[in-house]
Amino acid sequence: MTLQTIQTTCAYCGVGCGINSSVQADAHHASVQGDQQHPSNFGRLCSKGTALADTISLNERLLVPEMNGHKTDWDTALNAVAHGFAQTIAQYGPDAVAFYVSGQLLTEDYYVANKLMKGFMGSGNIDTNSRLCMSSSVAGHKRAFGTDTVPGCYADFELADLIVLVGSNTAWCHPVLFQRIKAHKEKNPQVKVVVIDPRKTQTCDIADLHLPLKPGSDVSLFNGLLVAIAEAGKLDADFIRNHTDNITDAINCAEINGDINSVAATCDLNAEDVREFYRLFCATEKNITLYSQGVNQSSAGTDKVNAIINCHLATGRIGKAGMGPFSMTGQPNAMGGREVGGLANTLAAHLEFNATDLDIVRRFWRAPNLTEAPGLSAVDMFDAVKTGRIKAIWIMATNPVVSMPDADNVKAALEACPLVVVSDCVADTDTLRLAHIKLPATGWSEKDGTVTNSERRISRQRALFAKSGEAQHDWWIISEVARRMGFAEAFPYQHPSEIFAEHAALSGFENNATQRLRDFDISKFAHIERAAYDALLPVQWPVNAEYPEGRARFFADGLFFTPSRKARFIPVRQRWPKHKTCAEYPLVLNTGRIRDQWHTMTRTALAAQLNQHIDEAYVDIHPQDAQQYALQDNAIAHINSRWGKMLARVKISANQRRGEIFVPMHWTGVLSRAGRMGALVNPVIDPDSKQPESKHTPVHIKAYHANWYGFILSREPLPWPEAEYLISIKGKDFYRYELAGSGQKNLADLQHWLNGCTGDSISYEDASLGMYRYALLHNGRLIAVAMLSRDTNLPQRQWLGSLFNKSEIDSRGRAALLSGLAPAGEDIGRIVCACFSVGENSIKNAIKGGCCSTAQIGAQLKAGTNCGSCIPEIKQLLGAK
Amino acid sequence: MGRRLVVIGNGMAGGKLLEELALACPGKYEITVFGNEPYGNYNRIMLSPLLAGDKTLDDIMLNGREWYAANGFNLQAGADKAVVAINRGRKTVQCADGSETPYDKLVIATGSNPYFLPVEGNDLQGVMGFRAITDVNRMLSAVGEGKNAVVIGGGLLGLEAAVGLAGRGMQVTVVHHNATLLNRQLDAYAANLLEENLRSRGIHFKKPADTAKLSGSNGKLEHIHFADGSSQPADLVIMALGIRPNIRLAQEAGLFCKSGIVVSDSLQSYDPSIYALGECIEHRGATFGLVAPLYDQAKVLANHLSEHGVAQYKTLPTATKLKVTGIHLFSVGNFSGTDSSENLIYKDPANAIYKKLVIDNNRLIGAVAYGDTSEGSFYSELVESARDICDLRPYLMFGRALCEQMAGTPVMENAA
Repeated sequence: MTLQTIQTTCAYCGVGCGINSSVQADAHHASVQGDQQHPSNFGRLCSKGTALADTISLNERLLVPEMNGHKTDWDTALNAVAHGFAQTIAQYGPDAVAFYVSGQLLTEDYYVANKLMKGFMGSGNIDTNSRLCMSSSVAGHKRAFGTDTVPGCYADFELADLIVLVGSNTAWCHPVLFQRIKAHKEKNPQVKVVVIDPRKTQTCDIADLHLPLKPGSDVSLFNGLLVAIAEAGKLDADFIRNHTDNITDAINCAEINGDINSVAATCDLNAEDVREFYRLFCATEKNITLYSQGVNQSSAGTDKVNAIINCHLATGRIGKAGMGPFSMTGQPNAMGGREVGGLANTLAAHLEFNATDLDIVRRFWRAPNLTEAPGLSAVDMFDAVKTGRIKAIWIMATNPVVSMPDADNVKAALEACPLVVVSDCVADTDTLRLAHIKLPATGWSEKDGTVTNSERRISRQRALFAKSGEAQHDWWIISEVARRMGFAEAFPYQHPSEIFAEHAALSGFENNATQRLRDFDISKFAHIERAAYDALLPVQWPVNAEYPEGRARFFADGLFFTPSRKARFIPVRQRWPKHKTCAEYPLVLNTGRIRDQWHTMTRTALAAQLNQHIDEAYVDIHPQDAQQYALQDNAIAHINSRWGKMLARVKISANQRRGEIFVPMHWTGVLSRAGRMGALVNPVIDPDSKQPESKHTPVHIKAYHANWYGFILSREPLPWPEAEYLISIKGKDFYRYELAGSGQKNLADLQHWLNGCTGDSISYEDASLGMYRYALLHNGRLIAVAMLSRDTNLPQRQWLGSLFNKSEIDSRGRAALLSGLAPAGEDIGRIVCACFSVGENSIKNAIKGGCCSTAQIGAQLKAGTNCGSCIPEIKQLLGAK
Repeated sequence: MGRRLVVIGNGMAGGKLLEELALACPGKYEITVFGNEPYGNYNRIMLSPLLAGDKTLDDIMLNGREWYAANGFNLQAGADKAVVAINRGRKTVQCADGSETPYDKLVIATGSNPYFLPVEGNDLQGVMGFRAITDVNRMLSAVGEGKNAVVIGGGLLGLEAAVGLAGRGMQVTVVHHNATLLNRQLDAYAANLLEENLRSRGIHFKKPADTAKLSGSNGKLEHIHFADGSSQPADLVIMALGIRPNIRLAQEAGLFCKSGIVVSDSLQSYDPSIYALGECIEHRGATFGLVAPLYDQAKVLANHLSEHGVAQYKTLPTATKLKVTGIHLFSVGNFSGTDSSENLIYKDPANAIYKKLVIDNNRLIGAVAYGDTSEGSFYSELVESARDICDLRPYLMFGRALCEQMAGTPVMENAA
């Protein structure tokens, strides 16, 4: 047994946390800790990152290529892909093929994919799931700065005196950044935090002011702020005059909103709160505005971004320590994708679709076939698949059948598409199920390359293990297809360092004030050797002759990347979400992440500890709305929109505004029968960024009247029972199925569900109440347990699940098992702290026992002492004492 | 008022009454007790363990002769002291030996007789009941390896006798008129579990079956014949078909009897000087065969005789148990249910555990348990108290402790 420590980065969000992993390669075992030296996280990790080591099992991996449901060899599979794409292009032209790629790819994978599609297949049809995530930020940056440039860095969070969080549940979605802000605020009590979000999220735990604005009214709020800045005399006249254009138009446009009272009315906010926000903003020089999907995922997303940037330009608070607008990206390498040109409307290395840039790239790549026009962005791309304009699509490292808006339409499109190729590291996703050719890619723990985080910091993601099975790196797979299509010369790569060097060289190619000046320049690495690449330390681009050690901030010098080198104020007007509520669809659906899951759960759901905090697709709804629509807490709701429908567990929450519901984005067809939120979402896009309006869809909700509710816990996975409502959840040592449905069920159905399991049965029935319970044990070990009821009043699964960990259940335990109730004190309750698996009951007991602060609870139970993202909940429990 | 109290019968009921009197009003009466068995007071319900060899005679004695002496009770025990007549006019009782004893108050506790099938051959040597130590002694003397015993009646006593005899090495067949063993105590599912257990002990069953006649030679039993025409060899036949109140003395004395001696709630017969208790009585239409109501009656009667005079006897549902090592079964109340009743059922077939709770109008009205009877007393209490169990319903099957944990208080007032 040899232990090796490897420094890498986390697989999940855009924070880009550094990880130290102790690896036992021979045992395929690794442990994970935050890297104390990494400037993104300084040792912190969130619950998801902490559980990475639980996601590296090979059981759920795709390890062999498959064609039409049969295993095959790489040569056959690669030839089929190359042939399929070549044939399609030959017959229908290059725009009949497409790549849909992912912010989960490493920069090197991304670069090669973009190069193949745009440069050699000759189509712009490569788009990325980052389109769903931050393309509005890209578009907003470009409009204001001329380039897609993030001006600041994380260190600014700790230098600011006012932190404005817009459309971001940072506590759950970027937990490590939230912890940094929280620690900063605790150390400096004068620091103010304003949260602007229709929902009262866990992030509000640290807010001095929460503005629960009407969804989509952000532009009005920030236009009002721009006017307030002007009225307060806080305009930075020198900066505006010397370094910006167009402020008059912007202010004139902003004034259309009227006075503060009028803005407050538009935003459905208390005028005093708005006034206080404006006062804080005007009064606080060191101020950053952090924003995320609540801003971006909108049909006015780009305008929202510019409304925010306008305020920072107007005050000159940009690119200076503790100041600036800052987009928090969703994915580990969304930024890397932006750099290589992963979006259909950018070329490569922050070069655009114009004659100069096309010429640069064409020459650099020696690609005469380079596409001259942008391709289709995600929503349009899948529409083109649906209508048959695109006949071959290659999807890499993403799951659009779940994550796209109008996801049923995407599913139908792929079902009808003549050639669907999917590269993925896991064996089963909703999208893989529709693939003709499945290509096994390496996943986190095997991939080797670079990623760029939200603050432009390039870090190495390193392999912990050799490639498993027949899995291959994405860059290798793409390059092999390129070679088979006759482009061998342009895809000679043997190692990711070669790709990185080429990417770096392109970024510096003719990149100067006299030729074509761009922000993105990492030309220092243009000749990087493998050893230096392997040893690369985290660094913020640009990394070039002028900034050999990288650069923390842009624009303090007032030099932007527009032709005039001036920033542009963008006049923006309030535009409401495209689809309004109506009598038929009276509620607004908002969507987003939960604390312990990532995207479509293909990896996080493998870690049992991450399935404990929230285990089912749910809908948050205001108590009065719940009453109006006759919804009971914990019952099941049927939600439908013009585009689709789903079933979700009801959570009544006063943190929702009336008339607005929230559903997490994560659940899939692989994990649920009717829990795909994406099916509901309107396929509306922002005209500038083409980003979908995933935060706003009119929907209708009603109670789903199940005749029965039930669950199964089983040591082995089971075939899915017939049930309209079904969620599959991996627990520690067991698989869990939550069920509900129509018709009559009884003990015989439970027996049928557990048919494949062997063991002695025990059963309990109260037929007139429709209550049936059934368990199988073998040699005293629990094999499976299933329970049915006419209502949702079923025993807690937590304690029953813990019985799978017991090597023997004694006769007393056996007799009590079907009561579903732990002997007093044995049930730790719903998991609150995912890092240390600490339950709600344990915390309540500690509070009863005298703990009166989160610190004391941490000392006693360890809860909240790792990632800290459960601390708001622990506080709530303390408050409820 | 005179102080002479005579008790006819020194069985479970009579013996218990003496104990209660010794507590309630020591010395109030001059008490004479007649018993036709030559012992002190023994625990009749322990005859099965005695037969099985799990207990000895000493083990099952409740009160020896010295106890009677110590308490000043005049015990007249033995066949010659069997009471043969009551003379209500003279207020005396007469024994087999001709002696006559006067009473001021008389208690009849003559118990019951086993019911003998009225079939040909029921008087053959080798046919017997199972009520007394003498029966046990006769059985034990007939025991022999490979000999055939037939028990007629698959009730509690019959099965206990069958297990005892099988344990003594006999080939035992139980004949039962119903397909369900213990059909007055168990439902079919529990009875099947019991039957499996008994079969594993080598006991055979013939059921449903009716006995047509018994046959033999030289007055000695040799075969049993069934109504279906079949027959089998039998060296021993135990009649275990139930009991009949022993009311001969009372009837001959002209006391009003139906199935048993009819008594009031204070256990007084139609003759104000004469009381009765135990298996010989009929109270509000009910007769008795289990020990618990006898004990309750003894308490009430002692209370009355001691002239505290407030207690009234009330028949309560009675739980039953089978006294066979390794078999746990329990039933109480109406376990067959009513038109409106609802069943809660728990099954653990691998461990031969079965429980059924019968609920009607939110009350527990009956329960059957096989294999795990640990919550029997809890269910008995709930049936007796007729408590509304609506709030406990989901936990009821899993016992008192869970019910109390969930209810947050003791479920039964007397369970604290």
